[in-house]
Amino acid sequence: FFQYCLSGHPTLPCNVLKFKSTTIMLDCGLDMTSTLNFLPLPLVQSPRLSKLPGWVLKDGSTFLDKELKECSGHVFVDSVPEFCLPETELLDLSTVDVILISNYHCMMALPYITEYTGFTGTVYATEPTVQIGRLLMEELVNSIERVPKAQSASMWKNKEVQRLLPAPLKDAVEVSMWRKCYTMPEVNAALSKIQLVGYSQKIELFGAVQVTPLSSGYALGSSNWIIQSHYEKVSYVSGSSLLTTHPQPMDQASLKNSDVLILTGLTQIPTANPDGMVGEFCSNLAMTVRNGGNVLVPCYPSGVIYDLLECLYQYIDSAGLSSVPFYFISPVANSSLEFSQIFAEWLCHNKQTKVYLPEPPFPHAELIQTNKLKHYPSIHGDFSNDFKQPCVVFTGHPSLRFGDVVHFMELWGKSSLNTVIFTEPDFSYLDALAPYQPLAMKCVYCPIDTRLNFIQVSKLLKEVQPLHVVCPEQYTQPPPTQSHRTDLMVDCQPPPMSYRRAEVLTLPYKRRYEKIEIMPELADSLVPLEIKPGISLATVSAVLHTKDNKHVLQLPPKPAQPPAGKKRKRVSDDVPECKPLKPLLSGSIPVDQFVQTLEKHGFSDVKVEDTAKGHIVLLQEAETLIQIEEDSTHIICDNDEPLRVKLRDLVLKFLQKF
Amino acid sequence: GAGQDVGRSCILVSIAGKNVMLDCGMHMGYNDDRRFPDFSYITQNGRLTDFLDCVIISHFHLDHCGALPYFSEMVGYDGPIYMTHPTKAICPILLEDYRKITVDKKGETNFFTSQMIKDCMKKVVAVHLHQTVQVDEELEIKAYYAGHVLGAAMFQIKVGCESVVYTGDYNMTPDRHLGAAWIDKCRPDLLITESTYATTIRDSKRCRERDFLKKVHETVERGGKVLIPVFALGRAQELCILLETFWERMNLKAPIYFSTGLTEKANHYYKLFITWTNQKIRKTFVQRNMFEFKHIKAFDRAFADNPGPMVVFATPGMLHAGQSLQIFRKWAGNEKNMVIMPGYCVQGTVGHKILSGQRKLEMEGRQILEVKMQVEYMSFSAHADAKGIMQLIRQAEPRNVLLVHGEAKKMEFLKQKIEQEFHVNCYMPANGETTTIFTNPSIPVDISLGLLKRETAIGLLPDAKKPKLMHGTLIMKDNSFRLVSPEQALKELGLAEHQLRFTCRVHIQDPRKEHETVLRVYNHLKGVLKDYSVQHLPDGSITVESILIQATAHSEDQGTKVLLVSWTYQDEELGSYLTSLLKKGLPQSST
Repeated sequence: FFQYCLSGHPTLPCNVLKFKSTTIMLDCGLDMTSTLNFLPLPLVQSPRLSKLPGWVLKDGSTFLDKELKECSGHVFVDSVPEFCLPETELLDLSTVDVILISNYHCMMALPYITEYTGFTGTVYATEPTVQIGRLLMEELVNSIERVPKAQSASMWKNKEVQRLLPAPLKDAVEVSMWRKCYTMPEVNAALSKIQLVGYSQKIELFGAVQVTPLSSGYALGSSNWIIQSHYEKVSYVSGSSLLTTHPQPMDQASLKNSDVLILTGLTQIPTANPDGMVGEFCSNLAMTVRNGGNVLVPCYPSGVIYDLLECLYQYIDSAGLSSVPFYFISPVANSSLEFSQIFAEWLCHNKQTKVYLPEPPFPHAELIQTNKLKHYPSIHGDFSNDFKQPCVVFTGHPSLRFGDVVHFMELWGKSSLNTVIFTEPDFSYLDALAPYQPLAMKCVYCPIDTRLNFIQVSKLLKEVQPLHVVCPEQYTQPPPTQSHRTDLMVDCQPPPMSYRRAEVLTLPYKRRYEKIEIMPELADSLVPLEIKPGISLATVSAVLHTKDNKHVLQLPPKPAQPPAGKKRKRVSDDVPECKPLKPLLSGSIPVDQFVQTLEKHGFSDVKVEDTAKGHIVLLQEAETLIQIEEDSTHIICDNDEPLRVKLRDLVLKFLQKF
Repeated sequence: GAGQDVGRSCILVSIAGKNVMLDCGMHMGYNDDRRFPDFSYITQNGRLTDFLDCVIISHFHLDHCGALPYFSEMVGYDGPIYMTHPTKAICPILLEDYRKITVDKKGETNFFTSQMIKDCMKKVVAVHLHQTVQVDEELEIKAYYAGHVLGAAMFQIKVGCESVVYTGDYNMTPDRHLGAAWIDKCRPDLLITESTYATTIRDSKRCRERDFLKKVHETVERGGKVLIPVFALGRAQELCILLETFWERMNLKAPIYFSTGLTEKANHYYKLFITWTNQKIRKTFVQRNMFEFKHIKAFDRAFADNPGPMVVFATPGMLHAGQSLQIFRKWAGNEKNMVIMPGYCVQGTVGHKILSGQRKLEMEGRQILEVKMQVEYMSFSAHADAKGIMQLIRQAEPRNVLLVHGEAKKMEFLKQKIEQEFHVNCYMPANGETTTIFTNPSIPVDISLGLLKRETAIGLLPDAKKPKLMHGTLIMKDNSFRLVSPEQALKELGLAEHQLRFTCRVHIQDPRKEHETVLRVYNHLKGVLKDYSVQHLPDGSITVESILIQATAHSEDQGTKVLLVSWTYQDEELGSYLTSLLKKGLPQSST
């Protein structure tokens, strides 16, 4: 049982589990923080960005000035943004049998895995995960493809060159592995390999392993996974939430009795309370708009945005914002809003009840109907006609490196009336803003991360009591910026086993049993014997059949009758074919009773001698000697088979067979 | 219920000590006691909750759930009731509708109330498709897509390794708004299947649709009115989609109406539960929601008297009450008009009467209604036909089949066909009858990995074709069964092994020296026992596997050697064989 760790990002995990005879990939998250090293992709020609000076080395050499640009003391790569893929060298990924996806954020590397590694297996995910994951991928591909960039920088990646660069470029890991974005055909090919599953559905893999998705409470269709055989249970906990937002609550009970619990996807902002952040979000938004400024909310097209819209739905009238237009701009905005309304079965109880009425589960349907919320595929087209300020714009990408958000940063960045509010926790907001500096607009950081915090984790672990916990190394020490906060780490007994990128862990458990089925005919033939009160034994001699990793015991075939007119026997014909094994014996032989039995069976000259360890029973006439000790009996006789067999059977009467 | 009959589906299954009630329907053909199942079959005087482990509802049609509030609130049941989400959403609305017609219109008393419907629905647990629901430690259920109406499901009920599949109503061919029923090869001990169309092999759906459209079109062209009695949910949406696309394509202007306020609501359910419809609708719903109709408008009672052609969908579907019956009475006298019955009609309903050719109907108050309008029957019920039923049996591979929800004569025919083709027993009990089915389950036990590995290692030998015997000891303790090696069994029980050893003296005539005799014995054994490990040890003894042979000189007779052959009880066969082999003496050696 091994775990191959292919990603170093604790919330965008990618692990491969070798469990029994199957190879299971758990999530394939795509680390997009690498894009922060690149210049933004502007939708409209940006004079500011195109005028940025090329970067010059300390020694004055300028050979990198086409690839690297400097902005307010930071250096950026002027190229199509690239992503940091999961490790592909640690093991042959074409041997992966299945990929289990826990939520739509953790599947963004899927096309790289399924289309480039020779992968031939199946991917399992819930329907909302697939549908929304598709939207996220579509948005990503769209926002990168619609700004074609002639230049593709690669010189800076040279190891010798990279050493000379300023941080953070100097310290960027695995830059040679960074890849450009995939294409829509690749996305479609990857998604076609997904098989849809429902919560608590038991999926058999090769008869050896059963996997089951459980609700994780974090996002629409998000799941934790149970990977188990009859005797081992691994729980994979990834991106879970105990807060009541829109998804179905987390299923904790089913995680009990795990041998190993793999813990990933905890909150990235353990010190922030999501409820408080939502409050701050609303008040900052209201203040800006009241002062005549615009609000920009960089966000993903699905997830927290539903909750934010719901809060605003309740808030805008009381805050006097009913006349302020809300715009949601994304190539998948419409689809995301529509899809959110059709997954009744994956929603929390309150929302489900609404569907039963029947009413749309999310109130953004009403915001759209009353024209308070408008959605557009991009800033081009209808939007430019409808656009009124001051307004609130929700748009992507949260990294501020591509998507329509780049345009609004350029447009609104110069005025201190405007505010950009960061709600997505995946990117450091300071790093995200770096290529836009100097900025006049206000920046508010209200990260909303509903995933488990360390207090909830320790509660959860106490509740479900796994034998061992495995987690990314980041969770075994306090965050680097808050090294005194020893409460901000996973605390359990025994201490968690930690992993880092490109490491292989041996998981600590030992199997002792396997399931086998006894066929009814064989079961009928068994003769159980009560050995102790409540404990019965039966010796089993049977034929073992193994097929598709399932074991079955059958009645042994009846020995073939020798043909009637058998002529001459050769000596070797008699050699026993397969040795029918005799049972083990246990018990002891009471000498007095044994002698009585012998006499009853016609032995008249029985003599008993005592020895140090037991007795010797002599049958004088037969020249036979039987040594009886506490746990052994030795019959020494002439080669008189009938006699020996008779004595044997008499001895066996006193012993139990196993 | 539903035994050799269509209506009040209600089946009680006892499996491995668990009791599960499948569906709880009403009968459309009766207005007396017979409209509900007879729950006294379950228990005469005890509480139903004590006797039943759970109730499962397959879909929202009233002949499958119409008695549920009566059962849970009036007879009394507090245990869990399982159904899918769409069924849970829609079922209370149909129940309320049914209650209104019965109590408010027909003025019946002693019927369930609105509050009872609400209380009943509180006991409902919604299940996802393919989710394994653990009802208790042993009993689990799992829903499969049935494609009959929105949210219709087949259910697998499983206890240990015994299982039953109940199909409810299902459809094996995808239609315009639903997908086809699907189940995996789950090999249940018993498959309980509906058999509404046990003897019908329906012509292709396309033909039926074309026929339907042609008839509607012709009637409208000559200025007639078309009445299509439907139930608010199910076929109605299917036919609406069909007419909507036809009207669009042919650019027709005649109005299409849909009666009752339920409809708009009904379509809303389809929009919100779009994941339960077929692939095509799901794929395109963002661009165009198939349940937003352009040509189909809400019906007002006054429209029935409007001149000119029109098409009206009206509820209920069997013309036994309500708006469809009212419109029917208005239009029946005109031969230009047409009524199209798109589904099955239960005996006793007006629908059944006109379909069987009756043209003079006695209505309330002894009034005679003469039916001059054209009467057409088009099977649009989303039930599997004979071919579909056989196909499902092939998919699931049950060991026994039981037919319900059909007519006895037709069942008889299907039963024969099933028994012939699949060689399984097929049953068709009438209401109140009990069918007992014997299962022969294998017994799952835990085998110690050591023992299994030892055995599979042997199984990997080149000679793997020969069946290998494995030996173990089954320890049975508090309902747990463990198969371990005999050694481990002894150890676990804290018992010592008792070794039984035999030593036989075999006399051999051989004048040679002892070590030469030993060598001869060794060569002899080596020659005979080719498949065994025969060894000559430095101390002068011979071993055959674990059997020890030593030679000594006879104390009195120099020409005789005594071979001491010693083995334990575990080597009994080989030991016994060796002594008899040696007793025959050694072959004459050439040396």
